[in-house]
Amino acid sequence: MRALLHLAAHSAWNRRATLSLVVLSVALATLLLLSLERMRSSVRSSFSQSVSGTDLVLGARTGSVQLMLYAVFHIGAATNNIRIDSVRAIGQHRAVQWIVPLSLGDSHHAMPVLGTTPEYFRRFQYGERTALQLAQGRAFAGTLDGLYEAVLGAEVASALGYTLGQSLTLNHGSGPAGTSAGLEPEHDDKPFSVVGILARTGTPVDRTVHVSLEAIEALHLEWAGGAPMPGLKIAADQARKFDLAPKRVTAALIGLKSRAAVFAVQRHIAEFADEPLLAVLPGVALDELWDVVGIGEEALLGMSAMVALVSLAGLIAVVLAGLNERRRELAVLRAVGAGPRHIAALLAVEGSLIVLIGAGLGALLSVAFIAAAGPWVQSRFGITLQLSAPTLSQWLLLGAIVASGLLASLVPGWRAYRLSLADGLSPKS
Amino acid sequence: MIRIEQLRFAWPGERADCLALEHLEVPAGKLLFLHGPSGSGKSTLLGLVAGVLLPRQGKVELLGVDWGTLAPSRRDARRADHVGYIFQQFNLLPYLSALDNVLLPCRFSSRRRARAQLHAGSAHAAAAELLQRVGLGQSTWGRPAALLSVGQQQRVAAARAMIGSPEVMIADEPTSALDTELRESFLELLLGACRATGSTLIFVSHDRQLATRFDMQVSLAQLNHAATTQASA
Repeated sequence: MRALLHLAAHSAWNRRATLSLVVLSVALATLLLLSLERMRSSVRSSFSQSVSGTDLVLGARTGSVQLMLYAVFHIGAATNNIRIDSVRAIGQHRAVQWIVPLSLGDSHHAMPVLGTTPEYFRRFQYGERTALQLAQGRAFAGTLDGLYEAVLGAEVASALGYTLGQSLTLNHGSGPAGTSAGLEPEHDDKPFSVVGILARTGTPVDRTVHVSLEAIEALHLEWAGGAPMPGLKIAADQARKFDLAPKRVTAALIGLKSRAAVFAVQRHIAEFADEPLLAVLPGVALDELWDVVGIGEEALLGMSAMVALVSLAGLIAVVLAGLNERRRELAVLRAVGAGPRHIAALLAVEGSLIVLIGAGLGALLSVAFIAAAGPWVQSRFGITLQLSAPTLSQWLLLGAIVASGLLASLVPGWRAYRLSLADGLSPKS
Repeated sequence: MIRIEQLRFAWPGERADCLALEHLEVPAGKLLFLHGPSGSGKSTLLGLVAGVLLPRQGKVELLGVDWGTLAPSRRDARRADHVGYIFQQFNLLPYLSALDNVLLPCRFSSRRRARAQLHAGSAHAAAAELLQRVGLGQSTWGRPAALLSVGQQQRVAAARAMIGSPEVMIADEPTSALDTELRESFLELLLGACRATGSTLIFVSHDRQLATRFDMQVSLAQLNHAATTQASA
């Protein structure tokens, strides 16, 4: 067997140009499969960690997925608001540590506007319980003086090119703004100034403009039923004289003193007497949501499996094509005492080594790729590509590549076995 | 040494026999010249003698053992132990050096390795001695076989067939790729080496001019009475 390995090594070195192309194609397929798999699991975990550290999300009674969609992803609209009194009452529950109200419905250049309290910036967490961080500036003050202050998500700032101190106006609803029919009316009488820009999180926070609850009230002082009342104009400064305490909000995030109480509080909210309310566990609802939006990942996985298949087919094709040229070589080996089994083993060993080297190289490349592209992907898409030990599914993929490669290399081996039996010592072509 | 009785051989998938031989015997140490036109089944016969092919009927004995009674792996081992083989051309693995090519049989046969060691101290020394004897200087030993001339390659092939002193040497038109001058010196060398070691030689050629220098000569065309004479060259 040692004699054979020695020969296989020399023979392969002799054909290194062709073989290195095969190694490269196996490596690229491995790289693609492993990186896609890493990306897939990272996207999934980024998604399922869009919100963390929040034990319950509170809203008007609706579907749990729907509540998550508007409370966390700021997509769609709430069918009903909830009274701030209810929010306060639930905040009094002895298991509740904090409760942060959220008010949605306005937008800025199609990016959602979130009215909340300054506490939001301390309480909201994502990923592995990472708190929000301000890249520049500060949180809005939440006082009357700081009524028209806004804090931008990273994507809002970079997409619209906003910097600190910039002035911006919001518009009502979530569509494009304008004065003509079909377009949403603007709140152009009350401009906001940017006081803070958040660091990128890879969550919907990046696409959100944050203002205080009171600012949302001020914007809608002269409004009734979703439209401005004709003839009534309240100037930005004058608005401060009105009672700006919010009456109704869209949703609220709840943090508990102990996670153990989560079902008790959830039941308490479901049985809340004053109005119909719903509280969902964000993790569970996000998993439900992923089942809906995660179909694309299957397609990705299927595609990369095809790529792997094609490159393995290439491996077989190259080795088989080379086999005809090697019939003389095989005859020489037969003449000096090698059996057909030796020859089959020679080819199988060569194929297996190629696959192993290719898969190893691909795995290394994928590590290098993740190490190199990780920071960029994090800052560009907010997806954390962690350089951790391979996941179970990555091991399975790697195993599948190697196993199918080994199977593939048996094909030329078997063919060589047949040929060397049929040829005798003088190859016929 | 070599005995063929009532041999019938057909290639797989072909109905007609391409070889039908009643009797052929080569005593130990004899040098046999086997001639016949191309396509007369010479290479096939050599494959049968070397135990790479098995007859459909009859028997082919080498050193008193019928190839047909041995399992495939035993045949391979026995061939490595007792048979040195030289092709018409392309005898060498192009990616190995001349020396490594000569050493190939010692990798597959411990018997030949042992005999080479007994003779020269080590297999390596035996290979070097043989290369020297076939007239290849030390400068060519490490060179990849692909870079040697055809004449040099045939001499390396002869050295490889001779290493470990196998009892039987089989040469399949080894001189047909060489020009006249090289042919003479190569034949001289091969016959001299076989006589020196007492090996039995079966030498196949279509060139009858060479026949005079052998102990025996046989015409395959006369010996083979198969209906069709279509076989590989």
